[in-house]
Amino acid sequence: MIHFVLLISRQGKVRLTKWYSPYSQKERTKVIRELSGVILTRGPKLCNFVEWRGFKVVYKRYASLYFCMCIDQDDNELEILEIIHHYVEILDRYFGSVCELDLIFNFHKAYYILDELLIAGELQEPSKKTVARLIAAQDSLVETAKEQASSISNIIAQATK
Amino acid sequence: MAMHGMRGLSVFISDVRNCQNKEQERLRVDKELGNIRTRFKNEKGLTPYEKKKYVWKMLYIYMLGYDVDFGHMEAVSLISAPKYPEKQVGYIVTSCLLNENHDFLRLAINTVRNDIIGRNETFQCLALTMVGNIGGREFAESLAPDVQKLLLSSSCRPLVRKKAALCLLRLYRKNPDVVNVDGWADRMSQLLDERDLGVLTSSMSLLVALVSNNHEAYWTCLPKCVKILERLARNQDVPQEYTYYGIPSPWLQVKTMRALQYFPTIEDPNTRRTLFEVLQRILMGTDVVKNVNKNNASHAVLFEALALVMHLDAEKEMMSQCVALLGKFIAVREPNIRYLGLENMTRMLMVTDVQDIIKRHQAQIITSLKDPDISIRRRALDLLYGMCDVTNAKDIVEELLQYLSTADFVMREELSLKAAILAEKFAPDLSWYVDVILQLIDKAGDFISDDIWFRVVQFVTNNEDLQPYAAAKVKEYLDKPAVHETMVKVSAYILGEYSHLLGRRPGCSPKEIFSSIHEKLPTVSTTTIPILLSAYAKILMHSQPPDQELQNQIWAIFNKYESCIDAEIQQRAVEYFALSQKGAALMDILAEMPKFPERQSALIKKAEDAEVDSAEQSAIKLRAQQQTSNALVVTDQLPANGAPPPVPVGPLTLVKVPSMTSDEDHRSTDQALTHENGTLSKVDPQPPSADLLGDLLGPLAIEGPPGATVQSEHNPVSGLEGGPDAVDGSAIVPIEEQTNTVQPIGNIAERFHALCLKDSGVLYEDPYIQIGIKAEWRAHHGRLVLFLGNKNTAPLGSVQALILPPAHLKMELSLVPDTIPPRAQVQCPLEVVNLRPSRDVAVLDFSYKFATNMVNVKLRLPALLNKFLQPIPVSAEEFFPQWRSLSGPPLKLQEVVRGVRPMPLPEMANLLNSFRLMICPGLDPNPNNLVASTTFYSESTRAMLCLVRIETDPADRTQLRMTLASGDPTLTFELKEFIKEQLVSIPIAPRTPTAVAPPAPPAAQPTPEIPANDPAALLAGLL
Repeated sequence: MIHFVLLISRQGKVRLTKWYSPYSQKERTKVIRELSGVILTRGPKLCNFVEWRGFKVVYKRYASLYFCMCIDQDDNELEILEIIHHYVEILDRYFGSVCELDLIFNFHKAYYILDELLIAGELQEPSKKTVARLIAAQDSLVETAKEQASSISNIIAQATK
Repeated sequence: MAMHGMRGLSVFISDVRNCQNKEQERLRVDKELGNIRTRFKNEKGLTPYEKKKYVWKMLYIYMLGYDVDFGHMEAVSLISAPKYPEKQVGYIVTSCLLNENHDFLRLAINTVRNDIIGRNETFQCLALTMVGNIGGREFAESLAPDVQKLLLSSSCRPLVRKKAALCLLRLYRKNPDVVNVDGWADRMSQLLDERDLGVLTSSMSLLVALVSNNHEAYWTCLPKCVKILERLARNQDVPQEYTYYGIPSPWLQVKTMRALQYFPTIEDPNTRRTLFEVLQRILMGTDVVKNVNKNNASHAVLFEALALVMHLDAEKEMMSQCVALLGKFIAVREPNIRYLGLENMTRMLMVTDVQDIIKRHQAQIITSLKDPDISIRRRALDLLYGMCDVTNAKDIVEELLQYLSTADFVMREELSLKAAILAEKFAPDLSWYVDVILQLIDKAGDFISDDIWFRVVQFVTNNEDLQPYAAAKVKEYLDKPAVHETMVKVSAYILGEYSHLLGRRPGCSPKEIFSSIHEKLPTVSTTTIPILLSAYAKILMHSQPPDQELQNQIWAIFNKYESCIDAEIQQRAVEYFALSQKGAALMDILAEMPKFPERQSALIKKAEDAEVDSAEQSAIKLRAQQQTSNALVVTDQLPANGAPPPVPVGPLTLVKVPSMTSDEDHRSTDQALTHENGTLSKVDPQPPSADLLGDLLGPLAIEGPPGATVQSEHNPVSGLEGGPDAVDGSAIVPIEEQTNTVQPIGNIAERFHALCLKDSGVLYEDPYIQIGIKAEWRAHHGRLVLFLGNKNTAPLGSVQALILPPAHLKMELSLVPDTIPPRAQVQCPLEVVNLRPSRDVAVLDFSYKFATNMVNVKLRLPALLNKFLQPIPVSAEEFFPQWRSLSGPPLKLQEVVRGVRPMPLPEMANLLNSFRLMICPGLDPNPNNLVASTTFYSESTRAMLCLVRIETDPADRTQLRMTLASGDPTLTFELKEFIKEQLVSIPIAPRTPTAVAPPAPPAAQPTPEIPANDPAALLAGLL
């Protein structure tokens, strides 16, 4: 299973963290610090796997962002590597050629999308189209609620004028 | 795409990004946190939209690394918001900030359940996602039935059902009991008929978890898995959106093959044939293409197929096909594939008959040892280590040595240990072995543990032919300009003993030998000086007739160190000086060291233990284990190293098979025991080496049998131990057992006590049967497996095992077969639940019949209080309020304990550690005191923190004051009594003094029974 997902920028800034195994706050900070040290210093053209504390971390760099997933030693590394790519493709489709700034200002979106992709550290949906459809449905739910809210407040505003 | 931005949030993020430095950022964040706090305080004015916005801000601040604990409640409370937008934020942020152990989650459990059983599909999704991501045991117990209903419901849409499948997987991982095997197996099989590939993928993950625990119940799923795999591999009926770079859902393929690896075999010939056809197709049909992602995905499938082929033990032809593929992979440029090729080749080593084919790739693997990528180098090292045998040891070890000088520091220790082990295991001749070890010390002295040089000394001592060679070799190294301290130690020792054998060679007169050693004295530390002094004394003894000049020189050195502050050095100086005045009598006193008793290498032992540890995590081994537990009866196979006794060997060697002689056995128990200590505590200075030290650094090889000194060493303790030991023995071996004609091998009480400290080992053994135990403990649950091994060529009949549990344990033993076939091992799981704290012990009443002998033994089971402890570190901020709030009896008890077995403080710390109490250094300013903490688990107390303080008196080590505090009076009392029992009588004591050594300079070890300040007494005793 995937124990956690980290998105770290080249400068070591955390852009997203998701923990599927129980880590305390202290442990989380320590893991992030340790792994940024290991992964950000790895040169190009090396393999995408790092052995770390009895686990394996599968990572891939996209532009300035490192996507990392920590798995058990005997999990299938390439499968995870392609889950990362699958996620990136979905983000890309959603934002329209995604960049780090998109994920900074819309970090909540990155979380929504991840939740449609993974649960319990396992892949939930292999179809990009389905994920995109579900996210669009969520967005429209939120939009409708917003419109309703504003129309109600308009009514109230009118009534109390 | 709808981008409903939140202006306030965007502005805040821009502000933070515009900060010039960390300090500015902190100021901006603090300001925002202050704002959020006040806004949350007067909640009245807060619109749902604002609430949502602030909770998002908190998550952002949290990601920046700041503490937002105050806002956890706000996030959790949003879960119960009536509208989707707020509820969504509540669920997502809660699952990011909190983990499963957080108390606030309990507050939400009802809301979450209402969302799950409610009719609103979107709410169901949110709730299932959160529970699937951070649900803990409590969620498992209260929500599992509802989640199962959703998964099976025909009215639910796939988007809900796939979430329900993974949610159930999470709950199952937290508590396997929530899935009732009987009812669920059929449903699981139905789920595999699912058309929607999202639901099917999620269900397959669930199946993998289920079959990994119990494949028998799910056997009907097996043909369905093969069908799914066939459908995907042939790309039949797979919707376009579920192909990934042209490959039909690679993830589902991988998961399906993973599930299949948990079934031991495939019996149905048709299913088997279909599966092999599919596998063959995957093996042959995967080509390297330009597109990286397509390549990765197809190779993900390919590597899983390789694992499945290995598991199924395919025909030799297919296996060699696999090895050929792997051989291709380890030579490609693409680093990922090369890495995986090496990794899988290492796994392949476990399959028989392919080693020779793998050996052909040796040169290629050695190239990978020089790869720029450390991940790949590690794999290559592992593989080389695994494939080494007598035929290629010389080449491989030479490569490792060569690599050692350029290897990264992080790898050197592992590398040198591995090289040392291989050199010892496969040495074609001993002089080569000596060469290798000396080179290791020369090149990587800092990474050479004491075990390694002790071992080479043992070999040299035990092999006369080797002695002159070794002496000449170390002399060469010693004459080099910069010599590592370990080299000084080993050289001084060997030259002291054997330099006289070099007598005629140029540059090897006693005087010259002495000056080469003595040259190094100013550069070494105090732990090495005693070895040098011993060497001087020996050289002096060998220079007959005495060389006056040399003698004066050496006496001057002894004189100089007579006032040394280090007690060990001082004692040796004084003693050697006095002894060396004895003239010819010196010859007897300082005679050559006797041979060491043959023993298993501590190194190899260590490596084996480590392998067992890591093996337990490896899926391949796990699968192997599954395989055997299905067969239940495993026929014996002789261990590869040709160990003499034909005892049953589990395929996993989970149960260590001790050798026949009880003496050997003790040693292995010892080492296993100390190994555990070592992993638990840093205080411990590698106990196994302490054992060796006792032999090696003995200052004087006193004439007469070496056993005499050992005996006297144990004397002072044996009096103490004899008592409790005898009592223990009679307590568990009732009178009727005495009529048994069968004598147990080894001491039952000792075996029991060893098992109190570790989780696997032998519980009982006699000439006919061996009972091994392996236990796993989680909170207040325990799962023991009894391994009943028949050692004979005839079956054992009327086998009966009864558990007599004490009142506080709920124990359930699975069925024990009436007969154990010849040379077979039977596994019987035993479930344990701890209801409340108590020191009482469960007993296994075991009987069997062999020929006409009826044998009955009553054995205590190692399901003790300490097994339900979980060490937990406690900081000063946590400790003191807790300590103060538990004031006085019955929650806090204090007692002055007398008659404590005297032991140094670090040893006591070790002992507590081994009982799963965590020592918290620094909490007590007094260095003579120990403070420890742990969590106790039982059904009545749940998880409960226990705090312990032990105040010792450096002047009188036989008494101490112990204070214990916990939130439960019974627990406090029982734990206090438990610890007391351990301190007062150390039941495994005859070996404890060597097993758990104090971290004093090792040289202080050999003469503990003689008061160090009284050399006169020592001399009197000697002469």
